[in-house]
This record gives sequence, structure tokens and C-alpha cells, in this order.
Amino acid sequence: MNAIQLRLNGKDRRIDGVAPTTMLLDWLRGEGLTGTKEGCAEGDCGACTVAVRRHGKPAAALNACIMPIALAHGAHVTTVEAADHPIKGALVEYHGSQCGFCTPGIVMTIAALPADAPTDRCSLEDALAGNLCRCTGYGPILAAAADAISAAPSPPDAPPEVGSLDMTANGVRFRCPATEDEFAQALAESPDARIIAGATDVGLWMTKHLYEAAEFISIAGVGCLSSIEDDGETLTIGAAVTHADFMAAIHGKAPGVSELMRRFAGPQVRAAGTVCGNIANGSPIGDLPPALIAAGATVEIASATGQRVLPLEDFFIAYGQQDRAAGEYVRALHVPWGGLCAVSCHKVSKRFDSDISAVMAAFNVTLDGGRVSAAGIAFGGMAETPKRASHAEAALLGQPYTPEGVAGAIAALADDFAPLTDLRASAEYRLKVAGNLFIRDAIERGDPAVRTRLAGRAAA
Amino acid sequence: MDEAFPAPPATVEARRDSPSPPPPRSHGESHKPHRHDSAHKHVSGTATYTDDVPEPPGTLHLQIAYAPLARGRIEGTLAAVRAVPGVVAILDGTTVPGENNIGPVRHDEPLFAFAGGSAQIEYHGQPLFAVVATTRDAARRAAHAFKPSATHAQTPVITIADAIAAGTTVEEPYRMAKGDAAAAIAAAPRRVSGTMDIGGQEHFSLEGNVALALPGEDDDVHVYSSNQHPSECQEVVARVLGVPAHAVTIEVRRLGGGFGGKETQGNLAAAAAALAAKALGKPVKCRFDRDDDFIISGKRHEFLIEYEAGFDEAGTLLGVRFVQHARCGWSLDLSRGICDRAMFHADNAYAIPALEVISHRWRTNTCSNTAFRGFGGPQGMVGIERVLEHVAHDLGADPLAVRQRNLYRPSQPARVRTTHYGMVVEDAVIDRIVDDLVVSSDYLARREAIAADNATSPIIKRGIALTPVKFGISFTTTFLNQAGALVHVYKDGSVMLNHGGIEMGQGVYVKVAQVAADAFGLPLSAVKITATRTDKVPNTSATAASSGADMNGMAAQNACETIRDRLVAFMAKREGCAAEAVAFADGHVHTPGKSVPFAEVVHAAYLARISLSASGYYATPKIHWDRERAHGRPFYYFAYGAAVTEAAIDTLTGEARLLRADILHDAGRSLNPAVDLGQIEGGYVQGAGWLMCEELVWSPDGRLATHAPATYKIPCASDRPMDMRVAIWGPGQNRELTVKRSKAVGEPPLMLAISAHQAIGAAIASVRNDFHQLDAPATPERILAALDG
Repeated sequence: MNAIQLRLNGKDRRIDGVAPTTMLLDWLRGEGLTGTKEGCAEGDCGACTVAVRRHGKPAAALNACIMPIALAHGAHVTTVEAADHPIKGALVEYHGSQCGFCTPGIVMTIAALPADAPTDRCSLEDALAGNLCRCTGYGPILAAAADAISAAPSPPDAPPEVGSLDMTANGVRFRCPATEDEFAQALAESPDARIIAGATDVGLWMTKHLYEAAEFISIAGVGCLSSIEDDGETLTIGAAVTHADFMAAIHGKAPGVSELMRRFAGPQVRAAGTVCGNIANGSPIGDLPPALIAAGATVEIASATGQRVLPLEDFFIAYGQQDRAAGEYVRALHVPWGGLCAVSCHKVSKRFDSDISAVMAAFNVTLDGGRVSAAGIAFGGMAETPKRASHAEAALLGQPYTPEGVAGAIAALADDFAPLTDLRASAEYRLKVAGNLFIRDAIERGDPAVRTRLAGRAAA
Repeated sequence: MDEAFPAPPATVEARRDSPSPPPPRSHGESHKPHRHDSAHKHVSGTATYTDDVPEPPGTLHLQIAYAPLARGRIEGTLAAVRAVPGVVAILDGTTVPGENNIGPVRHDEPLFAFAGGSAQIEYHGQPLFAVVATTRDAARRAAHAFKPSATHAQTPVITIADAIAAGTTVEEPYRMAKGDAAAAIAAAPRRVSGTMDIGGQEHFSLEGNVALALPGEDDDVHVYSSNQHPSECQEVVARVLGVPAHAVTIEVRRLGGGFGGKETQGNLAAAAAALAAKALGKPVKCRFDRDDDFIISGKRHEFLIEYEAGFDEAGTLLGVRFVQHARCGWSLDLSRGICDRAMFHADNAYAIPALEVISHRWRTNTCSNTAFRGFGGPQGMVGIERVLEHVAHDLGADPLAVRQRNLYRPSQPARVRTTHYGMVVEDAVIDRIVDDLVVSSDYLARREAIAADNATSPIIKRGIALTPVKFGISFTTTFLNQAGALVHVYKDGSVMLNHGGIEMGQGVYVKVAQVAADAFGLPLSAVKITATRTDKVPNTSATAASSGADMNGMAAQNACETIRDRLVAFMAKREGCAAEAVAFADGHVHTPGKSVPFAEVVHAAYLARISLSASGYYATPKIHWDRERAHGRPFYYFAYGAAVTEAAIDTLTGEARLLRADILHDAGRSLNPAVDLGQIEGGYVQGAGWLMCEELVWSPDGRLATHAPATYKIPCASDRPMDMRVAIWGPGQNRELTVKRSKAVGEPPLMLAISAHQAIGAAIASVRNDFHQLDAPATPERILAALDG
């Protein structure tokens, strides 16, 4: 197909002649649907939230500001003007809007939830973690949401399946292959094309750095890569699997990683961004890579001519440099259940929700008779890549896992890391907290009755 | 769940069940919890903000190119900019027909620093020139295409310490004093001293700066602007264009948040767009990208406060001295008023026998700091609350007891109740509010329980604190305390209301409409609220200083009463009754003989050739201020409130969380309790953001490193205290003749969040003996430093 096929507020639309990298938000507003607002153009405030339903999937709230319209190919997009949901009346009744500029996004975040979504305070805060309001202090919004969710009408129809997209407009070629063969073929033809999935990172390169590329290939629509396979031993996460899908797959099984994912961005970003994308973009913090490294994950790199598997920590070579050649793509992650369930995570940031870590620590510590017999410990925010704390791991072996027993490992951290000072934290703070997190992890392991957390369900 | 972490739904319930505002005491529309007039449009996406105004065909887009370094001189050509496809025009300092300056008070801010191939740069982000292009994307790409051919960088003055060392100021220091503070401190039995750094704050209204300018005939230009001060915007646009003010109309229906950030900072987009629109004869829109907005526009002032205090063994303050150092940025902007207000609030709610405040206004090569909710008051208040905290620590006393001992009380002799600027506090009710809150929040029992719990919790520590707020209401620049309104009654009895107030979410439109409806005895639905425009009501003051409803409500009431008096005279004559016997209620005009529907009376009055339109005016009474002597009555009255916050900290990471907040706030006789509760809750959370997670970080070379929500973190839903109980103080009644005895409520609640910072301080104090040095914002890093330092 050489034009974008989407459904907008119930009406089918065929879109050509606009650059495929035009952000959905800009296109909507150009169509006169100005209810959807631009607050930041980087996916951090939620004012641009729309509800998106794809074939075979439930509705999801997404940030229209960093979503190239080509990624809406095959989707049913609902905007605030057309949403029919009791949250609208509830927000009026509870005085949940003041200036009203964030309100359309909040309406759509709630409207995208299923009627059986939980309405306890924590769940509502999580649901709204991607929507900023500067006026109300959130109280009346939370109250309105608690009232309205269960009365939600049935969501808009899922659109029919559409085929792949290969369009060129305004000098930009954008392909959304539907099969892996198609994808691999496209990449082999255009090894320098920019691969994108949810565009939660590349989208803001475009809006903020005015990033341009001649060719984009989306992996998001590749059916076979959007599933999670579970053989009971290992979880295989395909390249198109979103953070939200991953969260659902580990729910109730891997408490440490689940809590990390709860605080990972907001729902809109988790519904668009992919686990493999968070690896492939090589962020020095990344939040998820340290947890996956500690869990013993391996990454599968593929190309039209073959594939290879390597330990995740070896994928990250240096800042902005990963072990991926032109024409190769991150095909999947393999995560052993044993490691995934054992990992405990410690994310430290200025704000609990939807913030980037100053320090992110993941511990996978095995004890034998109270002493450490194996340790996989990885950090984000401490070096130019997510990185294992090898010296600290070695120093832990044979030690009792207690606040006193981890002292050697804390001392060894200075051999593992020389962190930077930046806007999130100073080098001194990072090193100090990284050490303190060994103490916290040991306490949590040794005496679960001691309160150690302020955020999330773990605090309750 | 243990008691530290109450069941999650409790907060939402508590809010609904919190002590209700006083029941309506009138049969009219005032004092009722009417919803925001635009609420139904907010939720459906049909409320029109400036960027939603349909763009006329041919609209061009303007992008500001800004300085790439903090200080120095650059040279270059604009050829590369001009070559970008889609570029229509470039405007720099040489293309301004009027004055190339948009400084609001002092003319010290060039609209465009770049002129004739070079620019002298005073901060990173300073507007250099504007690019106008066929699309916003093209304009942005073109602005980014500018690369100086030569850069002569100078060492920038970035921090307050830099400015003190360099001696750079935006104006002279200023002093206010009562008694001989230095002598009182020297003679006091006990003394404390210290310093505190207080960070700034980015407004982050969800709607950024934006303007759309439409050229008209002759010199005319019509500008839709997201702006808290349309009259000043009009003046600045006229100045830049070199045309009379009557040629410029500024129209503002609503803002997507202001918080002070659009009091002067909206003028850049408006002036640039208007200039381009007139130069090119085309509609021109200028909408800032969020990051550009952060980098270009001013913020809340950072402060460094030095203090010393003398007191007795019982905790009675005998003398306090403050030296307030404010980072004003590269130009004056509103820094004089802001720094003055910080000084006015250096006593907060405390009667201090000898108080001296010295204020230094430092000039730095950073964005020009500007108005932000509280306008310096919050920084001044943080200073004195730190003193009280330090005094209590020194005495080993509960800070609440020390605070209560020093409060202004109505029973004190007038000289005791006289502030350091010579104003007698006549309306002190803070002692009663604090007493009520101590009971309703169960402060004393909770404080004991927290101490006991801390003894058994090695990692998580809790703290609790109560702080009061006394906030002066009025512009301290006396002449600004005036307002106008325009009211039309149409033949069908419908009413059109216009005034100088700007609706930015705070509900000024609905509040003033309630007042207008009551003036005619009409339902609220009979009053049409219309966009604020400089051609309807002239020479208005900014919607700022919490004054919007106070002043515009009175002006609107005045206009309505003018029309009503005409109708009264008409009806008295027609019905042969005394004027006093004519009453307006329930949509009717009542005379002893009959009740006639309002619309019928209006129509009859029209046929009798009676004017049904009037302007209204209000000037705040009683106030005067002698800045030379630093003496007078700058405020009509004070607004009061108090909050108790309970916080928990993680002693391993420095993370903090607000567990519970109890608020009792004085809104006088609230015009609209629902709107006022929203201001109180929202103000608290915004204040907590300022003092906790919102951190502005500049690099040593003067670049703002936190220029987007990815890096600058305002509170999100989970940052609201887990349990929040907010109430309007029931006995509230303004002793002054304000509009329906209400009190201003926009700014004061922000300062209730000082209790959050103090609660964190109390938690830190539970694990260390000497007094902590917790600066603001209390980020995890600062908390950990305060624990370990």
C-alpha cells in the first residue's frame, strides 16, 4: 500500500501527499481537531494523548506529538472531540479542570482504559503518570477517574487488518512491513534506513533536533516479532513487543522488574516503546538494560543473511555505540525466567514516576547458607553504557549478604565506575547511592519487615 | 498496610469528606461552588486557546533565533538562514520601525539583539532575530541554520556567588527595618545564624508562549496572545511598531496556565508576530517550542538568604536580620517588585520586635527572572520559616510551639503588630487558624507517634511540620491597584460582561460573572463572559498579585450598579414607588406592586431611551507606600492559611514522599468555594514541586541543562500527598470591604507547601544532632547531603 490507511473518529481515511514523518498531532490539528494539544512535543506531558486501537489489540493511550503519522497506518485513532466517555462529565463535576489545557489528554488517557481497570489510588496514579497537570494538584482528577472508569462504554471498533505500507512523500520513504521477510529484505536494500518501532526516542529527535532521514523502516507492524514466546524456561521478547506487553507478560511473576516497569516512563510511552528498542538505542541509563543484564539476558541480532546471539552486556560497546552492523537489527531478547524473577531493582530519580534514573541498580544475588554464591549486578546511570559491576560482584562472593557483608562490594564499586556529574545527580551522589543500594538490597533480602521503600506497592 | 501509608483511596475520599466550606449565605450566585465556566469545553476539546484560533489562509510562522552563548559578542551573516526553503523574511534589530525594545519597566531588553551583522549577548537564549517562513518547521530549521562567523566570548556571570564576586546588579540594594535588629540580636540570650539556598522554578504552564497577529488597515494590528497583561502587551507592541496604542488590540480569551510566566514573558511572541504581520501584510503566528520556551523565558528568582536571629529561652524572637540575595538575570523585568515582596514577607506571620531585611538584586547572564505565583513572597517566607526551624532546634523544642509563641495576634498592642514596613496587621486570624488546624490534623499525637515509629524504623524516617502563611494582598506598586469593566445589557435581558481580568484557570471569569449575576438578580447563565480585550477595557493591570477577582469583581459590580441604578430610577418612576423599594432577584425586578421579568424591564427601559451599557472602575482604597522611607500600607489586607505536612525520607537514597497534608485556608467569605479549593490544593502541590523535585540546573557556561519535562520534573499524580485534607476556614470573613467580603486566593496557598520542606527537615533532624543544611529544592541528592553533611 502506498498510502496511509487509518480510521479517525470512526471514519476511514486514506492519507497521501503528507510527509510520513509528520507527527500525528500536527496532522490532527491541521485537520481542525485542535482539542488535542501540544504541551512539550517530546512525549513527557500527555497533553497530546489520543486513544489508538489496532487490529487484534485493545485500545491504548498514545502520545500523538512524537508519533509519525505513518505509524498510525492500520489504526483507529480517537480524539477528545469524538470520545464518548463518562470521564468528561466526571471531570466537570469534580472540578477536575482549571486552565483546561492538559484536560483533553487526561480525558483520553482515562477513555483508553478498559471498564474493568482497577480504580485504587495507586493504579490511578500509574494510569495518569504520563499526564502532567500544573493547576489542580491532581486530587479532583483522581476522584473523577475513580468514578468514571467503571461506567466506560465499549471501546471503538478495532479496525480491520491492513497490509504493509511503503510510501514516499516530501522526499521521505517510509515502510511498515508486515512480515519479517519483508522487513529483512527492506533493510538489506536500505541498510542505512532508520529502524523505528514506537518512535518514542526517534520521534523526539525529529521534534527537538529536527532530525531527518531519507528512509525509515518500522518494525512495529511485523506480526511475528510482536509476540512474547514462553517455553517455561526462557521468555523470548520479539523486536516489536512493547513495554506494556512485556509488563503484562511478567505481571505477578517477576516482582522486582514489574515494579521497575511500573515506574518506567508513563503508559503512553510504554504502549508505544519497545523493549528491544530500549536496548537498541543504547541509552547509558536505559533503566531496563541493567535489569535484563542482571537477569542473564541474551540478545539476538539478525540480518537478511543470518543471525547471532550474544550476552546483552556485550551489546553495549561505548556511549552511542552498539554491536550492530548496518543491515542488522535487534530481533529478540531471550530472558531466563529464573533470572527475571530473582532480580531486584532500585531506581533512584528526582521524581518517582516517569523520570529518568540518576542511578538504576539491578541485583541478582544467589545465596548459599546465607553467603553469596553467585552475583549478577548491573547499573544504569553509572557509566557510558549500562554495565555490570564486576569488581563488586567478585567482592561479594562468599560474603554474608548483610549491611556489613556488602562493605567490600561497596568499596569495589570505585573500581567499576567513575560516574559523571550531570543535571540528574553529581558523581559523588551516584557513587554513594550505588553503594547504599547494596545495603538496601541486603536488608530487603534479610529482613523483609524493615521498611525500605517510599514508592509503589512495595511501600505499602 | 501500616499507619505510615494509609489506604490509597482514603485521599480521594478525604478530599470529598473534608470539612465543607461554609454553606451559601445568600440566595444569589455568589458564594456557591459553581463549576468553571469553561469546564464542559475543557473536557470536550472545544475551549479555544490562542493556538487553536483558526489560522487565516496565508498565515506565516515565526521562529525566534536565540543566542548560542551566555555572554559575548558574535558576528555573522544571515545568508544561510535566508537560503532555507520556505523562508519569507528575517527580522532583526535593523528592521524594527519603532523602538527595538520590549523591557516592561525599564527599557533594557532589545527585542532583537542582532543588528547589522553582530550582537552583544547577555544570556544563552537571548532573542537574536526572527525568521518568518511558510511553515513552522521551515522557520525552525532556518533559525537553527544560523552559525556565527566569529564569537568573542566573555566569562559569564551565572550564579549568585559569581554576581557577588563581580558586583553586578540590576539595581541598588534596598532595606526595610523595624527597631535595631543588630543590637537586639547581640543582646539576646541565644542566637542562631545560617544561610539557605532556594532554587528557582520554571512555570511550565502546559500551554507555552504563543501569539497570532493579524494585520489591519492603517497602523492597526490585532494580536491573539497568551498573556496575563494585555494592556502592557499593547503598549510594548505599539512601542516596537512606533504606532499609537489605539492601533493595537490584544485579545485573550484564556490561557493554558500562566502562574506569572505570562505577565511579561508573553510580550516577545506578541511583539515579534505583530512586527512581522505589519511588515509583510500577512497573518503571522509565533508559537514557542517547549525547549525554546524554557531557554528563552524567565523563571522564579533563585535566592540565597543569610540570616541571624536572637531569641530567649522560651523561643520568643527578639531580633532577626536577613540579607536576601536574588538572582535577577540579565535585565530588570519585574525584579524590583519581586525582591520587594520577598522583603515584605520576611516576617511571614510573626511579630518580630526588631527585624532588618537587606535585599541585593544581582545581575547575571541568565534568563531574566520574572513573576511566579507568590512574586518573591515565597522566598522571603522560606527564610523566616528556616529561622523558626533553627530556633526550635537550638532549644530542643517543637517548632510548632516556637511558631505559636511568635504569631501575630489581634490581642497584641498595635506597635507589636506593626510590620518592618510600618503597616499594622489589623486582621490577624492566623492564631485561630493554627489552633484549629492543630486539632483537626491531630498534630500533637501524630508527632509523638512519628517519633516512636522512627525509633524502630532504621531506614525510612518520618517528619511532621506545621507552617503558617500570611500573604499581603495588593500590588505593592500602588498605582496598579485599579481595574475596569464593561457591561452591556441587551434588549432581551442578556448580559455581556467584560473586564481586565485574564482567565488562566483560576476561575476569575466565573467568579466575576457570579458577582455580575447577583447585581441584577439573574441566574449565572444570563451572563455571557467575553474575551479580555484592550479595546473593550483599557489601561488594565496584569492579572497578577492574586488581584483578579478582587479588583475586576469590584469594577464589574460598579458597572452593573450603574446600569441597575438607571433601571431603578426608571422603575421607581414608572411604578410610582421609592427607589429603595425596587429590588432585583430571581430574574425579576420587584416593586411593591408587582414583579416584572428582568427582560421586560430592560426592554421597556430601552424604549424609554435609557442607556443599558456602562463601564465600571475600581481603585483599591486605603493603600499607600513610600518607597523612599520603606514605610506605609502597601497591602489592603492579608490572606492567611496553615498546613501540616507529614513526609517520609529514605536515609539510604535521600528520596522523599509526602504522606499527608492537612490544610486550613482563609478565603474570606469565598466567592466560589469549589474554585477556591482548587486554587488551594493546586497551589500546595505546585509549591511542593518548587521545594522538592523541580530543579533548574545551569551548566558552568550558562546553559540551562533542564529545559524540557524530560529533565525538569514538575509533580505528577503520585507526588500529591497520599492523604490530602483541604478545607476553607469556616469563620473566614474579610474585615475590609472587598467584593462580597471574599479574599484573594491565587498565590497564598503555594506557600502552604513550605510545611512539606520543613517536614522533610524534621525527618532529617530525627537522625542527626546538629542543625541540618537542607537547601531547596529538597531533591534526593540534597536530602542525602543534609543527612550526611
